Amino acid sequence: MNLRLGGKAALAVAGIGAALLLGWLASSQGPLAPTKVTLAKVEQGPLVASTFGIGTVEARRSYAIGPTLASRVARVLVDQGDAVRAGQLLAELDPVDLVDRVASGQFAAERASSAIRAAQAQLAEAQSRAQLARASAQRYAELRAQNFVSQEASDVKQSDANAASAAMDAAAAQLAVSRRDRERALADVAGVGKLRAQARLLSPVDGVISARLVEPGTTIVAGQAVVQLIDPKSLWVKARIDQGQAGGVRVGQPAEIVLRSDPNRAYRGQVERVDWVSDAVTEERIVNVGFAARPESISVGELVEVTIRTAELSKVRSVPAAAVKRLERQDGVWQITAGRVAFKPVKFGITSLDGRSQIIEGLDAGDEVVVHSERELTQDAKVKVVPAIVRAGS
Amino acid sequence: MINLAGRDILYGWGKFVFTGLGLGLLIGVTLSMAGIYRGLVDDGRVLLQNGGADLWVVQRDTLGPYAEPSSVRDDAYRGLLGIRGVAAAGNVTYLTMQIQHARGEVRVMLVGFEPGHPGEPGYLVAGRPITRAHYEAIADLRSGLKLGERIRIRRHEYTVVGLTRRMVSSGGDPMLFVPLKDAQEVQFLKDNDALVNERARTAANPAFNRPGVPGLLEAVQASQASSHNVNVVMLRLAPQADEAVVAREIRRWKHLEAYTRSDMDEILVAKLIATSARQIFMFLVILSIVSAAIVAFIIYTMTLNKVREIAVLKLIGARNRTIAAMILQQALGLGAIGFIVGKTAATLWAPIFPKYVLLLPGDAVLGAILVLAISALASIVAIRAALRVDPATAIGG
Repeated sequence: MNLRLGGKAALAVAGIGAALLLGWLASSQGPLAPTKVTLAKVEQGPLVASTFGIGTVEARRSYAIGPTLASRVARVLVDQGDAVRAGQLLAELDPVDLVDRVASGQFAAERASSAIRAAQAQLAEAQSRAQLARASAQRYAELRAQNFVSQEASDVKQSDANAASAAMDAAAAQLAVSRRDRERALADVAGVGKLRAQARLLSPVDGVISARLVEPGTTIVAGQAVVQLIDPKSLWVKARIDQGQAGGVRVGQPAEIVLRSDPNRAYRGQVERVDWVSDAVTEERIVNVGFAARPESISVGELVEVTIRTAELSKVRSVPAAAVKRLERQDGVWQITAGRVAFKPVKFGITSLDGRSQIIEGLDAGDEVVVHSERELTQDAKVKVVPAIVRAGS
Repeated sequence: MINLAGRDILYGWGKFVFTGLGLGLLIGVTLSMAGIYRGLVDDGRVLLQNGGADLWVVQRDTLGPYAEPSSVRDDAYRGLLGIRGVAAAGNVTYLTMQIQHARGEVRVMLVGFEPGHPGEPGYLVAGRPITRAHYEAIADLRSGLKLGERIRIRRHEYTVVGLTRRMVSSGGDPMLFVPLKDAQEVQFLKDNDALVNERARTAANPAFNRPGVPGLLEAVQASQASSHNVNVVMLRLAPQADEAVVAREIRRWKHLEAYTRSDMDEILVAKLIATSARQIFMFLVILSIVSAAIVAFIIYTMTLNKVREIAVLKLIGARNRTIAAMILQQALGLGAIGFIVGKTAATLWAPIFPKYVLLLPGDAVLGAILVLAISALASIVAIRAALRVDPATAIGG
């Protein structure tokens, strides 16, 4: 009897235990279990809005030094890294026939000078002839008036005088031509001399050679650079900021620059230029950021990360950015009432880089919102609040 | 009336309970297998749900982006946004790759997405969303990555800022979300040696390196080192828009393929995971048959072991009904213990599986009914054997 009662009791206990076990499994482990969520309070405090972009170190002023006409490089006097002064000779091009052409021009000028002298002598001769002819014609004209000579003789003299005068004009013109010849020859000399000067490549500024692009003996086309020169004082960062985040960037905002070669150090800088033209393909805005103090070891083309502080709000309400959700084109947060969640539309402002979103309207300080959830929340879903869904350190 | 079954069980409870336990573990394996099958299908569904997209726009004549490679220009979204009914568009890239972290390496599906657009993970279990346009990542819990951990993908280091859950590819690889531009670069960018070799190869090509055209080589090399492709453009539609109409519009005028959620479901479940799902389903069927057979045999042999006791019962004049009830109750009890143990075991070991195991309550109910039905069926065979026992065996031995 005892055994029977004990047996029944044991069976009953086992049955109840099994039912409880199944019930617990179904309600806490499977798909019917409430979704675990974590909560956070709306906090009031300062919020720094920043924007982040990557860029490269570039020289604001970069000079590609090359000739204006196709030529062969004769000498390159500088190498990469050399500091140069304004006006310093950097490279020389092979003048080929320029020297000969200058000499030829000078000879032509000399010849023109001789021709001028010959023309002057011819003019003097013509003048003296003309004078003589005119005096002779005058005399014959007077004699004719007293009928001492025939009309014919007087006409011949007059004709001689006219011819001599024309010869004088011709000699004068010849002299003018000779003078122009000489001027042309001199202009030629000057022009070729200028070309000769072009074959000497001079530095326009004080700077550093950033590239030596061709070696002596190379033939290059007009405009091709022989050396490249940068002004190290003009090094800055050309950063690319996503258009969606570039709205608040203004000239003068402080920035932090991290070089890839020195990732643990942030250099201070500030926005110096915001380009008017965005990159339409990559949808990025180009922002130039200058260094407050140029890092000693820096290379042009180095990758950098730039963080620009675009705004600093002193006292605003904010929630973790993970709490911001979007439901049917409406921004908002999930809030818990009586163990179930409800969507609350909220107007958000800026989001800081450490992941806090500013609340413009819709929530008050101290309100609690759902931050993390185990799965996607839906209206009226049953939830269970836990301190953290993922254990720290796991 | 004495409950013969209860008395018999209490008489030899150790044997009974351990038989039930063994049976339960077998049932647990069967239930887990059902859960693996359900999980496989559910992973596909969740993959579609997570992006929050209504339409997937991919390269024409492909089943992309999950089932086939697909490549779409990353400015195609501008034209798509202009179509009536489209509310939001997001470029997304997918790339399965191996990444290194501090404790080893892990195989992940790298997802490039644009924060604030479709394709973004819908919820986080820890951390924060991506706020920088570069070098931040959100990882799935399955990847084993931790908050704040720095991981190297190709040439850049990324910081894990957020964690998410149940974001896996159709192959079960955990997803790693990074900003789109980084993902495009990763997809395209080769290692440094390959880059240098490629440059040298281009420089050696006389078509690109002509003496009379300075700058051509640089231009060609620059054009080789950028990618403006994505794998899919995800669209979210306005509430009143008809997805079939929008999809038709995109196919006709944009010369791209557009899939609705039901199309994608069909592609993923019916095409992509069909074979592996069928494989597991087949195994599930065989396992169920084997389990049923084992349950039947155990009950049958348990009864045969009691031939002498049953003969004694018959000898003292017990009715056939009493004996049949005893065997049936024992069989059902064994089935119940087996099911409870099996369900508990399956639920407890489900989270340890590397891929998601979904134990549906419906499956559990069906499993319980099946187990009890098989137990009852098996007991019928045993009852027939018991009723044929000659009472003389009790004396004759």
